[in-house]
Formats: sequence, structure tokens, C-alpha cells
Amino acid sequence: MTTVGLSAWGAYVPRLRLQRKAVTAANAWIAPNLAGKSKGERAMANWDEDALTMAVEAARDALGPDDDRSHVDAVYFASTTAPFADRLNAGVVSAALALERSASSADITGSQRAGLTALAQALSSVKAGAARHALVTAGEHRRARAASALELDNGDAAAAFVVSGEETVADFLGHGALTADFVDHFRGSDSEFDYGWEERWIRDEGIIKLVPPAIHDALKAAGITGEQVTHFCFPSTFAGMAANLARVCGLPAASVRDNLAAMAGEAGSAHALVMLAHALEEAKAGDIILAAQFGQGAEALVFRVTERIATQRPARGVTGSLADRKEESNYLKFLFFNDLVQWDKGMRAEKDNKTALTTLYRNSDMILGLVGGRCTETGVVQFPRTRISVSPNKSTVDTQEPYRFAERKARVLTWSADYLTFAMAPPNHYGMVDFEGGGRIFMDITDVEPGDVDTGLAVRMVFRIKEVDERRGFKRYFWKATPDRSA
Amino acid sequence: MAAGIRDKVAILGMGCSKFGERWDAGPDELMVEAYLEAMGDAGIEPGQLDAAWFSTHVDEFGTGKGGTPLSMALRLPNIAVTRVENFCASGSDAFRGAVYAVAAGAADIALAVGVEKLKDTGYGGLPVGNAGTLNPQVAPNGSAPGNFAQLASAYRDKHGVSREDLKRAIAHVSVKSHANGAKNPKAHLQKAVTEEQVMNAPMIAEPLGLFDCCGVSDGAAAAIVTTPEIARSLGKQDLVTVKALQLSVSNGFESQFNAWDGSYFHTARIAAKKAYREAGVTDPRRQISMMEVHDCFSITELVTMEDLFISEEGKGWRDVLDGFYDADGGVPCQIDGGLKCFGHPIGASGLRMLYEMYLQLQGRAGPRQLANPVLGMTHNLGGGPSVNVCSVAIVGREGA
Repeated sequence: MTTVGLSAWGAYVPRLRLQRKAVTAANAWIAPNLAGKSKGERAMANWDEDALTMAVEAARDALGPDDDRSHVDAVYFASTTAPFADRLNAGVVSAALALERSASSADITGSQRAGLTALAQALSSVKAGAARHALVTAGEHRRARAASALELDNGDAAAAFVVSGEETVADFLGHGALTADFVDHFRGSDSEFDYGWEERWIRDEGIIKLVPPAIHDALKAAGITGEQVTHFCFPSTFAGMAANLARVCGLPAASVRDNLAAMAGEAGSAHALVMLAHALEEAKAGDIILAAQFGQGAEALVFRVTERIATQRPARGVTGSLADRKEESNYLKFLFFNDLVQWDKGMRAEKDNKTALTTLYRNSDMILGLVGGRCTETGVVQFPRTRISVSPNKSTVDTQEPYRFAERKARVLTWSADYLTFAMAPPNHYGMVDFEGGGRIFMDITDVEPGDVDTGLAVRMVFRIKEVDERRGFKRYFWKATPDRSA
Repeated sequence: MAAGIRDKVAILGMGCSKFGERWDAGPDELMVEAYLEAMGDAGIEPGQLDAAWFSTHVDEFGTGKGGTPLSMALRLPNIAVTRVENFCASGSDAFRGAVYAVAAGAADIALAVGVEKLKDTGYGGLPVGNAGTLNPQVAPNGSAPGNFAQLASAYRDKHGVSREDLKRAIAHVSVKSHANGAKNPKAHLQKAVTEEQVMNAPMIAEPLGLFDCCGVSDGAAAAIVTTPEIARSLGKQDLVTVKALQLSVSNGFESQFNAWDGSYFHTARIAAKKAYREAGVTDPRRQISMMEVHDCFSITELVTMEDLFISEEGKGWRDVLDGFYDADGGVPCQIDGGLKCFGHPIGASGLRMLYEMYLQLQGRAGPRQLANPVLGMTHNLGGGPSVNVCSVAIVGREGA
């Protein structure tokens, strides 16, 4: 039997961390019952981040900085908060990562266990030989009503894995699943927010009865016993839930992993993958990892960590993501970013952001992939790629080959912080960015505050929302510069 | 090399509307205001006009496309009207069209009119809009001040000037222009300001504060040009002639090639060199009597002093602080108040600059009159530091 497993992983947690006490203090007058949830912080997407952009960042972390990604032949994007209900979100991921067009792709959605479902699908596909290197990336950006418990429990994040039969850091041992139309919560196709049922019922009739059979089947398929599990990844916002499950399933109490509630919150359908990635970052060869998640039944996957774990790590991972944080105590900013208040954007925001889909498609490698050109005669690198080279010394014609900028390091040549233009996070910073190896782009700079940017600042590229067309429900994506805080 | 335009064309008449928040006037009324003054100054009848060039920039809020808005407003006798749009340098390009038509012998007398009605948008600052379908998908979300403010960051870095020193220098740019504008009844802003006011004004785009930005206003300006011979035959003496008209347009060198450092205008240097050659100017710091430059923002004016080779590179900020460009300085700049005080009705500004040069050369500038000017230079820039069109024109006394 072919051995398949995880050959790489990556993660992304947005830098902003909303302080829960800021939320509960602001809502104490209306929701004093939430005071008990005041501890810690939750990851908060910037206004220009969503499930898709975070999933792209996690995937980049997993794939590494190499421009050659031609080995990836399948893409799975999992989320219950994908920006598009009808436009292949995995297709945007694929374009942003400049993957081969021959790669298959699918969106996996519809339940909180969608992340693990996507991973199980990818494992099956590689095992069956339908794909050799499948990318699974899950991102979640759940919106919740103001003053709700969910608002405090949620956290925005993403995780990604490469599934393959080669160079695995964790071998896949077994899978178990259970499907039951147990509606702990739901969100109708036309609804903005979740509607949930009583916690005690979900806990006692749902999770504790529906998850163990899936775990049991996964362990059985893996040919191991519960006591052998070293890392048990099970997301739940209910106190002690994972420990209860561990007891019921015969897993060691010490295997229960921190669900990161205190420092990130729960990233919905991406969270089991976030916890799995985090487990890999702390695992040693031979460890057994069990990852399960609840959602209209459950999904459970078992892995054994290989010797490669000692040498193969993502540049950032969950650990690096959690360390790169900025405390945010402005609850109103969170509400604005999540479109939870009607606010006065001013007339400058009335600019029509209708996107010419023809133009987008014609230039998709430039816009979504940040692909420019390199002259094969002079070596001059430029953005965008054009028929006539920009070189003032030699305007060669039709000599440019595609050249990828997304993973290049860069520095700020000129900049300003603009208080006049409409911006969701004013002042809007932007400037001329010069790339190592040549080329420059006049572009937005994100995740910064006054004082953060100066000439010479080392920056890296991030895939972000460029504009939101509220009238038509479309989102534009492009790349922005952000301080390279590892530099 | 082409012989150039020097002394081939004379200005027969000019006009300029009152600039400002012209709640009372639409674009038609503004055009008529400038046109009637120019026609009165020229002393000709509409039937003597052979062709017209019409500059206006903003389609969505402004005057309209094509040549018809001008022809309809002025009731021109069904002559050729060409609409010119070249960003903020549109006015200068309209003038260029009219001058070239006369120089070519295609027209005996030609008209150039520029207009912009900006104050019908409902908010301050320039109208926001999209430039095509690709640009908005990749270009940064910015404004004109944010775009031009980029210069300051690069200038500080390149020349080792502190933020404080540069902020004070660009503040003086605005203090000087306000002092000049206070003497000009056609200016939008006619109040002097102090350096302290400028330095402490609300931030618009780091490091540019409110007073580092030109006003936003409505206005129109007009020029009528002909040959020196026809001008004399119409009884004109002490002619003001065109010495140079140059336009340099970005090709991506600044924005897509890695040689430009962001601290200056590549096109302005090219246009200035060509203009000096065309006008026979070899020592601009001494030969240019006065200038109207494109001071859309204070930092733009400061670096332009170097791009026009009046100040040495890296020394412009010291010349500014030394008062070299003040009304009583070596080369008075923005003697009419500039964009700073006139505001910037885009299609009109290039012609408004020429209007002041023309008045000064004819000794008709009233309380702003400089002593015995010989050559006046205008610099009119459209776009931003990294992608732009730059016009440099020199006018002067015939034979100078």
C-alpha cells in the first residue's frame, strides 16, 4: 500500500489581536453574561483580509518561497466563509499562487469540519494516484452579531498542507467519518449570521455521541489504540470538551492539545487544521496525531510523525504567526472592519469599484499572481510585463518571459501616509517599492500605522483585498507590501 | 534639430476669470469671462479667429467632452475646435496647439481656452474617479497629495535633509505664495499666512499639511495668438512672443525601471533642457526673470526649482529658505500666488500661468509688478512624480 501523508504545512493568523476585555467592557451594559469571556485575545483580520487571502498566505507558508510550484496538481480550499458562493474560490487561490492551470481544484464547504474533509479528500486522491501533490488550504473569517458569545469565541486564521507520497513529515494512518444531520447551528444561504441551539444539547447529545464513533473508526483504520495518541487536536469552545472526549475515547489526558482559544480564538472549519499544524510544530518523530472536528457528524484523521519533522518546518507556521501580534483594544474598529455598523464613509467612498471581468481575466497573472516580466536579452525585470521593454537602453520587443514578484524581498523607495483618500484603515500608506533582483511597483502598504513606514523599510508581498464593490458584491484582490518583520 | 518656436508667434491677447469657489458660475460662464477679456485685449472680432484649442480634464463633473462645449459657450463661427486633455498640463497643451497652428501657417489667429468647474462635486479636493479598467485593479488607493508627498520621503533620504528642515522649507514655499496671492484680486485665496500656521495645519498626506496643498477652485483662462507681423498690423507694440514650448511625457522609466530615485521629476529636467535650448537660454538662474511653476503641492515646487536648473540639486530647499524665490528674490516664483492661491481648475491652470507672465512682461501686473522682466517661464505638470506629463514654456519680450 502506498504511504501518503503531509509533506509540508503552513499557517496564517492575522496580526491584529482583539483584546476580549475591550469587547466585554463595551458590551457590559447589554450583555453582562459575557464577562466570563473576558480573558485573552482573538485574532482579528484586517479590513483587507478574508478567508481567501488568509488561505493564500497559509499556502505560501506551506509551499515556501520557491517560484517553481509546478508539482502542485490539485488544490482544495475549505471554508464556510468563502467570499464567493458562485466563483471557484480555489481558482483564486490557484491564480494567486501562480499554480499550473492543469491543477484540479475544488471548494469544500458546508460544515465546521470542512477543513478536515478537504484534507481527507486530498489524502484519498493522492493515495488513489489521482494527484501527486495536493494543496489543502483552509481559511475562516466568521462574522457574528455584536455582543454575541460567538464574536468572542471566533478567531480569524488559516492553515495549509501539502499532501503527497514523498518526503512526508507525517504519514497518514487512518480516517473515520460520521454524518448526522445534527443542527447545532446553521446559516441559511441568504443569512448573514449563524443561528445556534442550546449548548448543553450540543455537548451531551451531539459532540459526545457523534464524535467518538469517527475517532474509533480512524484509530481502527490506523491500527492503533487510543493510548498511543500523543496529540489530540479537537476544536471546541466548550470548556473541557476535548478532555471529555479524550476520556470517552480512551486517549491520554496529556494528549489533549491547547485549542489556542486564549491567543487566537476558533477559526471555524479551518481550526482543526490550525491545531494540526501547531501540533506538528511541537511534535517529534514517532508521535501520533489525531485531529478531529465536529460538524453534522465528525471527521477524524490519524497521522504518525516521521523523522523529517526535525528538519522540515515552514518559515512562519502557527508558532510564528502567534508570535507576530499586535494588540488591538478598539472594539469599534473590529465592528467597522466586519461591516457591523453603518458609518459615514464620505463622498470619496462613492467611487464606483465595478471590476471589468474581461480586464481581470486578460491580466490575471499580473493582478492575482503578481507576475511581471524579465527580458531574455537584457535581463531587465519589470512590472507589468509588456511587449516593449521599459529599459531605456534597449527597448527590446517581445523578449519578456514571465517573472514572479510575490516571493521577492523588497524595500520602500518612497512613501506617504494619506489622510485624504477614502480608506478603511486611515491613513492609507503607499509608495514605490523596489524589488531585490529588479523591478518596482507603486503599491499599497498594509498592516502599518503612522511611524511604521520609512524609506528603506524591508517589505514583503501579501495577497489582500484591494477594493470591495458593495453594489455588486464583488471583491478585487491584489498584492500589497507589508513590513518584513522577520528582516 | 528643429529650428524651434522662438519668436515665431506672439500673444495677441489674454484673459483670465476670477478663480475661486464660483457658486455663481458654470463652466460656460467661466469660459465666457476669460474669452471676453482676451478678445477685448486682442481687439479682434470672433470672425477673425481661425481655429481654437480647448482644454478641460474632468469629464464626469466638468465641462464635457469634445470641442462643442467651447464652441457653444462662445458661439464661435463654426471654426475648428480641438479638445485637449493632458492631465493637469492640459492648459499648456491647448496653448501649444494654438501656437503651433499659427507657426505652421495653418491659422493666422488662434484661440486657446482652458476651463475647469471643480466645485460641483459636493466635497473638497479633486474628484475621485477611475483611470481605465486595469489601473484601478492595481494602483494604490491614493490621492494627489499622497502621490506628490512621495517626493518628500525620497528627497529627505537622498539629500540627508531632516524632516523638520524640509517641512520648514516647504512651509516657506506656501508662505511666499500666499504673500503674493494677497495682492491678486483674481486669486481664490487672498490672505497671507505665517510659517507657524502652515507648519501646524492638519495633516493631509505625510508630510503635507493643509497649507502645503493648492486650493481647489473653478476658473478659466484664455490666450489668443498670432504671428508677430499680424500683431503689428493690428497695432500691437512691445510684443510678448513665445520663446519655447516643450512637453516631456513619462514612458515608464520612473515607475517601472529601477534607476529613478523618486526625488525629482525626470520629465521636467528633459523639458527644461529642451526649452532652454529652444529659447537660447544658457544660464537660467540669471536669465529667467520670473516663473510660474506647478505648485500643486509645496514639495512639488521645491524639487521643481532643481529640475528647472535654477537651484543646484539638493540645494533647492536652502534657496527657498533664503528667499531666492520670494517676490524680491533672485527669481520670483508664483508672483501671482500660484496654484496655491488660485487653486487648480485643471484645464485652466497652464493658461493662467501664462496670463501672469504676459501681464508682467507688459507691465500690467499692478501691485505685483516686477521690475523690468524679460523672460518668463511656466512649468505645468500633470500626473504624479512617477508618471506624468511636463510642460515647460518660456515667453518674453520680442527679440530678447
